[in-house]
Amino acid sequence: MDDLFILLLQLLGATIRVATPLVLAAFAGMYCERAGVVDIGLEGKMLAGAFFAAAAAATTGSPWLGLLAAMAAGVTLALIHGFACITHNGNQVVSGMAINILVAGLAPTLAYAWFKQGGQTPLLPSTARLPSVEMPGVEALGGVPVLGAVYRELVNDTNLLIWVTLVIVVATQWVLYRSRFGLRLRAVGENPSAVETAGISVTRLRYQALMVTGALTGMAGAYLSTGHGAGFVRDMTAGKGYLALAALIFGKWRPVPTLFACLLFAFTDAVQVRLQGVPLPGIGVIPVQFIQMLPYVLTVLLLAGFVGKAIAPKASGIPYVKER
Amino acid sequence: MVQIGSGKGQPGAVPGWVGYALLPLLNLIAAFALSGLVILIIGENPVKVLSLMLTEAVGYPEAIGYTLYYTTNYIFTGLAVAIAFHCGLFNIGGEGQAYIGGLGAGLVALALTGWPWPVVMVLAIAASALFGAAWAFLPAWLQAKRGSHIVITTIMFNFIAASVMTYLLVDVLIRPGSQSPETREFDPGVWLPSMERALGWVGVTVPQSPLNLSFLWAIACCVLFQIFLRHTRWGYELRTVGRNERAAVYAGISPSRNIIIAMLISGALAGFVGINEILGVQHRILLNFTGGVGFVGIAVALMGRNHPVGIVLAALLFGVLAQGGGQVSFEYPTINRELVMVIQGLVILFAGAMENLFKPQVEALFRRRAASADTAVTAGRG
Repeated sequence: MDDLFILLLQLLGATIRVATPLVLAAFAGMYCERAGVVDIGLEGKMLAGAFFAAAAAATTGSPWLGLLAAMAAGVTLALIHGFACITHNGNQVVSGMAINILVAGLAPTLAYAWFKQGGQTPLLPSTARLPSVEMPGVEALGGVPVLGAVYRELVNDTNLLIWVTLVIVVATQWVLYRSRFGLRLRAVGENPSAVETAGISVTRLRYQALMVTGALTGMAGAYLSTGHGAGFVRDMTAGKGYLALAALIFGKWRPVPTLFACLLFAFTDAVQVRLQGVPLPGIGVIPVQFIQMLPYVLTVLLLAGFVGKAIAPKASGIPYVKER
Repeated sequence: MVQIGSGKGQPGAVPGWVGYALLPLLNLIAAFALSGLVILIIGENPVKVLSLMLTEAVGYPEAIGYTLYYTTNYIFTGLAVAIAFHCGLFNIGGEGQAYIGGLGAGLVALALTGWPWPVVMVLAIAASALFGAAWAFLPAWLQAKRGSHIVITTIMFNFIAASVMTYLLVDVLIRPGSQSPETREFDPGVWLPSMERALGWVGVTVPQSPLNLSFLWAIACCVLFQIFLRHTRWGYELRTVGRNERAAVYAGISPSRNIIIAMLISGALAGFVGINEILGVQHRILLNFTGGVGFVGIAVALMGRNHPVGIVLAALLFGVLAQGGGQVSFEYPTINRELVMVIQGLVILFAGAMENLFKPQVEALFRRRAASADTAVTAGRG
């Protein structure tokens, strides 16, 4: 019984760790998609964040400079996306796709040329990684049944960025529904001409939203390479950006449902890792490939509308052309 | 002053070739300039690298064979993306459809040992089309009936295809006693003849390369594509749905039916990659033989403006990149194959997403020139 409880806690801990980059990326996507800019390039921005965080941390030894570099890379790519889609009314899906392909090539190319380790960055020492937060009183609470174990397994020794993500989730909920910026953001995604009529620049708002997107995706990447992992490896994001996008759609572009969608995907992933090679009663061992495709199959099933139709922000994907 | 109706068409009209030739060319130059910058950052000489790339792609007959072999794949996936585009759909699943299509072609070749190759070819073409179309069906059906975002579902199907193929090759189709996850080699009798062999029958000698008869099938597909789209009722219906779904409904055309038809054709076209790769070159089913062709297809369709002629030209460009880039990575120790993806990404960015980047300036230039020419003509008359 006790073992099962610990196992469950470990599973939940793994879920949270896997969910963090997903949540960051999905919330990043929320800002720009709510503003009417579709961003399929979350994946690429995250990968760029992962690479530049690891590269900067490896060179300077400071995870904070790494985080900063990751966010700068994310914002730069977001601005390129904005330049193509907002300033030049380009196709948003194409631009996002281009960014994904560009980064998938650029990160290993630069890693190859700079670090000469076959497209990776050197393994980071613990001082160059984003720290985990040690909580006080683990010992004191250790004797308390249930609560002590929960505190030890889930709360203690959690990466700093996980806490930051928690703050971002709460802040996003507030910004989106309680702040003036959020109101305008949601309005510009539904009816940009109305916003423009009110004397607010659609272009400016969309650029601002994209910059938040870039910063958050960069952070997601930094978590992957300097928080969770210890260095950049090729194709590190492995489709997490697309999963985040799916979670965003599944969560109907709203913070709380999106958060739970990310947690669900992460839970599937955590279970998937545990299930590999374990014989199930009555079925036997499921081939590992079938377990690995669980999150993707789940996404398709969810998108198939078992949870009701997802309605995107009305102006999303459509370039705004001011009438002259 | 500019006179209206001075016999030169509209005043200050921009000639058509600016749209489909000059602007893409400018975008291409911009993309290559930035690629040069990346090469410079790596610490190599961009002019040397890029010119080596070009020589290794089109400089001698053998290289041209390799380039055309890559081009064949890109024509198939480019057409696949284009037909979906014409119906207003974004098929990012070309990668998975090509992968599964290759499975179909491979299974036919494995089963029909000893049969004459023309029969195997025809059946393999049918099988790869069927398998590719089947892989596109579910996302298409979900889009048509449930409104599920086809961009996301096709991406997910790429991942699922990769898992399914890994499972099949590792656990089911693997050659007994072999370590590497691939099937046994097909019987040489069923291989699709290489271009070298086929041209040998008519007395033309070309150097050996992976280029094979599927190149001709790709060109045939271009012709069929255009006939279907422009000269049949089905093509007309498909384009109508793509242009204006509501108008299509009023005209009695079913959008969901056409969405599914477009995606089935798209999947079949992507599946033909298997004919080139599996039946023509690899002669066995193996892991990851697609290597991103589905994604390049998006760029090819965009650059080719969804027209077969444009698609062939764009496919040629990406073929040059693939072949030249591969050779460059052999020559330079600091450069690896991923540099090709950087250039691809930049080309897609400039030619696809920022296609209007230079439009205002170029159009203004032409208007000014046309205006001054008009003034000169009027002045001459006066």
